Amino acid sequence: MAQITLIEAVTQALAYEMAHDDSVVVLGEDVGVNGGVFRATQGLQQKFGELRVLDTPLDETTIAGVTVGMAVQGMKPVAEAQFEGFIYPMMEQIACHAARMRNRTRGRLTVPAVFRAPWGGGIHAPEHHSEANEHLFTNIPGLRVVMPSSPARAYGLLLAAIRDPDPVMFFEPKRIYRQYKEEVPDDGEALPLDVCFVLRDGTDVTLVTWGAPVKECLEAADALAEQGISAEVIDVATLTPLDFDTIAESVSKTGRCVIVHEAPKTAGFGAEIAARVAEECLYELLAPVERVTGYDIHTPLYRLEMKQMPSTARIVDAALRTLAAS
Amino acid sequence: MSIAAKFEIEYLQYLDAEGKQVRDDLPAFTQDLEYMVKLYKLMMSTRVFDAKSIALQRTGKLGTYASCLGHEAAHVGIGSAMKPEDVYAPSYREYGAQLYRGVQPREVYMYWGGDERGNDYQNEPARHDFAWSVPIATQCLHAAGSALAFKIRGEKRVAVCTIGDGGSSKGDFYGAINIAGAQNLPMVAVIVNNQWAISVPRKIQSGAPTLAQKGIAAGLYCIQVDGNDIIAVRKAMEDALERARNGEGGSVIEAVTYRLGDHTTADDARRYRGEDEVKEGWAKEPMKRLRNWLVAKGVWDDAKEEAWKAECDDWMDNEVNAYLETKTQPITAMFDYTYAEIPADLEKQREFALALEKKAH
Repeated sequence: MAQITLIEAVTQALAYEMAHDDSVVVLGEDVGVNGGVFRATQGLQQKFGELRVLDTPLDETTIAGVTVGMAVQGMKPVAEAQFEGFIYPMMEQIACHAARMRNRTRGRLTVPAVFRAPWGGGIHAPEHHSEANEHLFTNIPGLRVVMPSSPARAYGLLLAAIRDPDPVMFFEPKRIYRQYKEEVPDDGEALPLDVCFVLRDGTDVTLVTWGAPVKECLEAADALAEQGISAEVIDVATLTPLDFDTIAESVSKTGRCVIVHEAPKTAGFGAEIAARVAEECLYELLAPVERVTGYDIHTPLYRLEMKQMPSTARIVDAALRTLAAS
Repeated sequence: MSIAAKFEIEYLQYLDAEGKQVRDDLPAFTQDLEYMVKLYKLMMSTRVFDAKSIALQRTGKLGTYASCLGHEAAHVGIGSAMKPEDVYAPSYREYGAQLYRGVQPREVYMYWGGDERGNDYQNEPARHDFAWSVPIATQCLHAAGSALAFKIRGEKRVAVCTIGDGGSSKGDFYGAINIAGAQNLPMVAVIVNNQWAISVPRKIQSGAPTLAQKGIAAGLYCIQVDGNDIIAVRKAMEDALERARNGEGGSVIEAVTYRLGDHTTADDARRYRGEDEVKEGWAKEPMKRLRNWLVAKGVWDDAKEEAWKAECDDWMDNEVNAYLETKTQPITAMFDYTYAEIPADLEKQREFALALEKKAH
């Protein structure tokens, strides 16, 4: 079985589902002939034709609004925002229509669409190309906010997202698009949404994260293990609706919680998890909750970009603080 | 000097303000006088419905309501030209078109009366139409997306959206007509130009002499019609729908009309427009000209007018009663339509809210 990268897993999932469901349509800027600026849709137009892999006019608002209209008509559009920083013009359509169509029509009209976006920083991209802003969408009811952290989870979660009857924001951490390969069988098996994945068992501290920083968290867990500290690593994967039970169970076991994300700290999704830990696990806590996040700044241009990211060292430090506190 | 492009916009009108024919080539549908009476009757029931809605709001039985007074010809003209299989994406005051497509007055009352079930239209073809769109011009893209779906599936259906003169200033409108042109989509966008976007007049929306010509930039067929003349609106719609159905592309129709009422019941138009202008608007209003034309044809008279008015009153009274008798949804309904299946995390909030509710009673 071939080993593939995360972005190849995205392509593989799109191709699988398009081959098995005629209603799946891919649309966006550059997704056709060019196969997407990151090549996520490479080869799909040649395989499925210009009507199912549509190069749209260069207007994110159009891409989002047309996606809503198609989805209401029973198609399953998968729309691409070329970069996460270009998703802002889509937000009105996503928030005002995609997210609430089912509710406002009492289920008469629905939007089974996926909005894909290469997410986050770390690839030396220009301004507006490196945002981590998933928290803007986690506060919108009716959406699913999903972020894979490995090729296998990209494949399984994207299949689940396309098959889901509700709109899904599918954020692809572009920093790890081509970071490593793993075996991903092209068997059409979806992974469950609304479920956190426990990537590593541990007993001393829980590291909670999603997307690209999963890598740094796993590295931090290795570094902590060298010091005799057992860290549990949780990949949240679906931010909303949140599977808090898995996080609560882990934090109750370890008594310590470090939340790691690339987005700015204030009102980032880590704040939500920290609040829930305070609400539901306070008496199991042995130390204050720690957050390792981006700073409350605009993503710097690339010379300073990595200083903004949660590094392995910062995560290890935070974990050690929780151990020192108790 | 060479010219890269030239264009002109046709203005279509059949009946003047007094109902006199200004041209002889009336469209074929006008020969069926029974049908023309039907159109007039729907315009009239739309007006009675509108007056009833305002009365309900003024007596505290309805929330904020957007009146359609003065738009009857434009709206009924749009709805009556569409086929059942077509899809309609309205903004929030096109009741005349929607009643034609089966939306019930009680559903409109429910929506403005604070109940989401008003958007759950029970009758076809309205059942497969979009619900009212409050964010301006966003529904134009839903029509474009629908038209794209029809094209992909090879269906002979047309998506129609309506937009105001203010809405035609938004990028969403341009995005929709632009992709309709680029993809040759079966879509018709109707700008119901009622001269006012709340307090901002038409002249501040655009420096272009017509709003119809915006469609030229997108490569669509464009026409301006007298929006108070239902024959002109219906004819332009009929032609545009036919072209779209035949794969000849989309159209932009500008229906020039006048908003005789306030923007909504929360608005007071006297703050920003003069009485003379409104008086002139009434002189051109759409009911009178069709009524005069029908009377001249010998198919309508005062007695029929009174009788139909009484029927409309009865209909609306019945609809109002049905609306007022509708029980409020249970508190769980707030949660039940957020997702297809309620997620476990939200289920906890639902149970909490339900327990609070039970405690309160």
